Amino acid sequence: MQHPTKRASFLDDLIELLSSMRFAISLLTVLAIASVIGTVVLQNQPANAYLNQFGQFWDPVFSRIGLYAVYNSGWFIAILAFLVLSTTLCIIRQFTPMLREIRGFRERAREASLRNFSHRASLEPTLPPEERSAAAIAYLTGEGFRFRVDEREGSTLIAAKRGSLGRFGYLLAHSAIVLICLGGLLDSNLPLALQMRLFGKTAVSGNMTFADVPASARLGPGNWSFRGNVYIPEGKISGYSVINVDEGVLLQPLPFTVELKRFHVDHYETGMPKRYASEVVITDNESGEVFERTLEVNKPFEHRGITLYQSGFDDGGSLLRFTVHGMTAGEHPAFPLNTEVGATIPLASSGGHTLEITGFRPINVENLSAPGSSGPPSTSFLGSGARAAGNNLRNLGPLYSYILRDPAGQAREYNNYMQPVQIAGHWYLISGVRTSRTDDVSWLRIPLDDDGSADAWFSIHQSFFVPERQVALIERFISHNPDKDERKSLKTVAGHVLTLFTKGGLEAIENFTVTNVPEDKRDEADMAFIQVLQSLTWEAWMMSREAAGKSVMEPDEINAPYLRDAFFALTASLRYGAPFYLQLTNFEQRQASVLQATRSPGKPLVYFGSLLLVLGVFAMLYIRERRLFVLFKKDEALVAMSSNRKTIDLNETFIRHCDGLAAALGASASQG
Amino acid sequence: METASSRPVAPAAHTHWLTRLNAGDWLFAIAIIFGAGAAYSRYGQMMDTYEDAILFLHVPILIGLGWAWRPFRLFAAAVAALSLTSIWFYQGDLARAEQVFFLKYLISSQTAVSWMSVFFFTATGAYWIGLASRSDSAGRIGCAMTWIAAVMGTTGLFVRWYESYLLGPDIGHIPVSNLYEVFVFFSLITALLYLFYEGRYNTRKLGAFVLPVISAAVIFLLWYSFTRDAYQIQPLVPALQSYWMKIHVPANFIGYGGFAIAAMIGIAYLLVSRGRLASRLPELHVLEDVMYKAIAIGFAFFTIATILGALWAAEAWGSYWQWDPKETWALIVWINYAAWLHMRLTRNLRGAMLAWWAVVGLFVTTFAFVGVNMFLSGLHSYGSL
Ligand code: HEM
Repeated sequence: MQHPTKRASFLDDLIELLSSMRFAISLLTVLAIASVIGTVVLQNQPANAYLNQFGQFWDPVFSRIGLYAVYNSGWFIAILAFLVLSTTLCIIRQFTPMLREIRGFRERAREASLRNFSHRASLEPTLPPEERSAAAIAYLTGEGFRFRVDEREGSTLIAAKRGSLGRFGYLLAHSAIVLICLGGLLDSNLPLALQMRLFGKTAVSGNMTFADVPASARLGPGNWSFRGNVYIPEGKISGYSVINVDEGVLLQPLPFTVELKRFHVDHYETGMPKRYASEVVITDNESGEVFERTLEVNKPFEHRGITLYQSGFDDGGSLLRFTVHGMTAGEHPAFPLNTEVGATIPLASSGGHTLEITGFRPINVENLSAPGSSGPPSTSFLGSGARAAGNNLRNLGPLYSYILRDPAGQAREYNNYMQPVQIAGHWYLISGVRTSRTDDVSWLRIPLDDDGSADAWFSIHQSFFVPERQVALIERFISHNPDKDERKSLKTVAGHVLTLFTKGGLEAIENFTVTNVPEDKRDEADMAFIQVLQSLTWEAWMMSREAAGKSVMEPDEINAPYLRDAFFALTASLRYGAPFYLQLTNFEQRQASVLQATRSPGKPLVYFGSLLLVLGVFAMLYIRERRLFVLFKKDEALVAMSSNRKTIDLNETFIRHCDGLAAALGASASQG
Repeated sequence: METASSRPVAPAAHTHWLTRLNAGDWLFAIAIIFGAGAAYSRYGQMMDTYEDAILFLHVPILIGLGWAWRPFRLFAAAVAALSLTSIWFYQGDLARAEQVFFLKYLISSQTAVSWMSVFFFTATGAYWIGLASRSDSAGRIGCAMTWIAAVMGTTGLFVRWYESYLLGPDIGHIPVSNLYEVFVFFSLITALLYLFYEGRYNTRKLGAFVLPVISAAVIFLLWYSFTRDAYQIQPLVPALQSYWMKIHVPANFIGYGGFAIAAMIGIAYLLVSRGRLASRLPELHVLEDVMYKAIAIGFAFFTIATILGALWAAEAWGSYWQWDPKETWALIVWINYAAWLHMRLTRNLRGAMLAWWAVVGLFVTTFAFVGVNMFLSGLHSYGSL
């Protein structure tokens, strides 16, 4: 016969605990701390990223305890669940007492208890007894109090109060928290996880067309909670949104199709993006309704409970026209190549390389000012906020990226600017190369001749690297020397230097001197060799100019920079690692827009909850509940006041009301 | 409450609040209405319904502020006068910021903000002297300096707003969009909140605690604008072109301001509770009350701010909550002060514990404010350091 009561009392204790304020406080603290974790550990990264970051040992541990998706992890949801439970119980327990508080006036309050109030005073009314109540009531109503009168033997109690709404605030704010949590749960990825469990959906990876995606990776059209991306190239149509889940994707068919007419990116003159806009045509699958809309960031569009947002953009297969300049031994006339972004091209001509065109961006704004080169210090303290200081942002024009795999499978990534770039007053074609995302880019800067074209340099390059041309080059180089014997020796030296250089660059020449020239003569020899190389460069340049029917010049400080740059470029070209230079000559941009399609059933709940929360919080914090009691005895009026919040202004208000009542009752206050 | 009964009876203490208004109040109200009307007749055709609504909401809000807090009327008048003068000097030509003496050295946005900084520093000094030497006059000077600083800062922001439109109609926007602007805003709000409490509790002794926070913010501001050219008006990237943002940010900074004040009062509380400076500072129950009021207003507005943030995120990123670091830290701050408010309601967790909690709270808040932009990557594009 013990059991039930025991259990009951245990249950009571549990509820007692869960709904206790201390539990709430601890819960909130725990929640706060737990939330921190997810901001410190980057969430939902690819698995190998974590492996690199945390290593063999910790990575599995961390992923086990869900550090990589904290806010979806069981324990985090559990904390929230407890918050909801605790708040709910709290509301339930407070509900009836609070209603009583809100309704009741405590007109039964005993004199003794009133005399224990911390805020009390006793007045001696001069008004005749029969008028006192009326006067007090007049004052109280004037001050916005509502009241009850309780006639007792020998005394009258006026129990007045105002600001009871503050109590409602509690109910509003706290039920709001429950609402918001529940709404949030509906929009979390819990529904998705459930579907994958229940209907055995599994993500697929690897690139395939929508048609090839198996049913196991397709979600039902009726799916009531999802968030995915819709990728549409200009001029194309899509009816699917793609949901990324661990490493793979799921396909979410939409009840409508989206056609992308155009995608714009507008820029401010500073080059900052100003507007991303997709001109789309949305066609409903059933009704066939058609909506022409322009989606922008912060301007979404909703249809059939699904909201479309402008969330990103990409290249949609722009058409690119290249000129390919050969850069290896063997005669290579430049030839044209037409392709598009995303294409993979096997290049038989250059020994089995494959070319993957990976990207194209028509506008690239770079800050070309050296770091810290802002205006004079004073400028940041005086004047308008409008002055553009030091930084000179410049649009470097189209940038195209491609990956080149040599037959051995070794891949190099190239990023080239289409237009020449001006650096320190001189113009260059610029190409950056790197073997992996991690190591830094090395640049090839090809100087432009006075006609603004890079052809001269490519010709120089050929004269250096193509054997037949080398002969001619050397002939021309020695031809300036009158002395026959010197010519012979020069020829051998030049030939030697050239072969060394074209094989191993300046390093090769250094190694040569190190092995064959006595210590003290080395620098001398190196200098001599480099001089030879530079004059060879010069001669090659002149040859190309002659070939192009341009004037032959004498070396001077005007053309010295070109000579220097051309030579640097030659050395750099040895490290370039590509059999050719891919120069973009013309393009036709095709963009793609990435929209986000979401259906979030919890949203209305959350928004409504938020409204309640604001109302509730303000009510709780700013509507002060005040209870004012005036007890009339024979020749005394006892004034007592209470509030559900301890704040200093309670004193002030009490003093004000005492004075007010005293005035109304024509009393001079005296000790109580 | 014996004090009550021993005081002489105030004649006609109970009168309706409307009748307590004086001529100045009515004048202020009329001025505000007139100002709003002028603004509307001038720019009405360029404003959309949202902006109309904002404009008209400002009328009751400002009037209410002026009536509830008399010094605010003078503040508003000064700011209006200075801003309009500045705009008048500009005559629609930015270059004049360099040519016109008044603009260059007084009331162009940068200069005004620099003056604000100067006055905040001097105010801090004055309050400290006041505390050290128990001199009330020093405190009064500190108070005046703080007011002037607030006026200059607010003017600075208004002028900056105008300047941004001179840069180009498409560039113009309310200056609450990058870290530099919000730091100015933070200093202002904190100063005004403090001044309000100073008047309310009529004690000038707390300035010595509150102003240092503002000065710290100003120092950061100067460093930031100096090393990063952050003072430049930048156009808004698409994600920031949102109505929500314009209310979200100010609401946030009322929150931050309240929390900052609470923390500094918390320090004062801890000192007094250990008997330090006890004779120079208000009593514990007063400090506790200020702390509560500051956190209450902070919490209330931070609640609004966080919700607005969610609404904004919903429009910009397609989801009202993504656990992005900035969002998450906002939540952490909010929850932290929710816990604080609850502790205050429980019997035996009050006193020093609350003070400590408020002080620690400022670190949490500061991290949410700048730390996140510095150390954590996220969607909040603006003000990454
Ligand atoms: C995120 C969660 C919560 C928030 C934001 C919140 C917010 C608030 C606020 C702002 C107040 C007013 C404090 C004041 O007037 O000084 C309050 C009071 C209160 N809260 Fe919460 N609260 C939360 C959770 C809880 C939980 C879980 C419980 C119960 C276990 C709870 C119980 C109470 C109680 C009993 C009061 C006092 C009500 C009164 O006396 O008027 N709260 N809450």
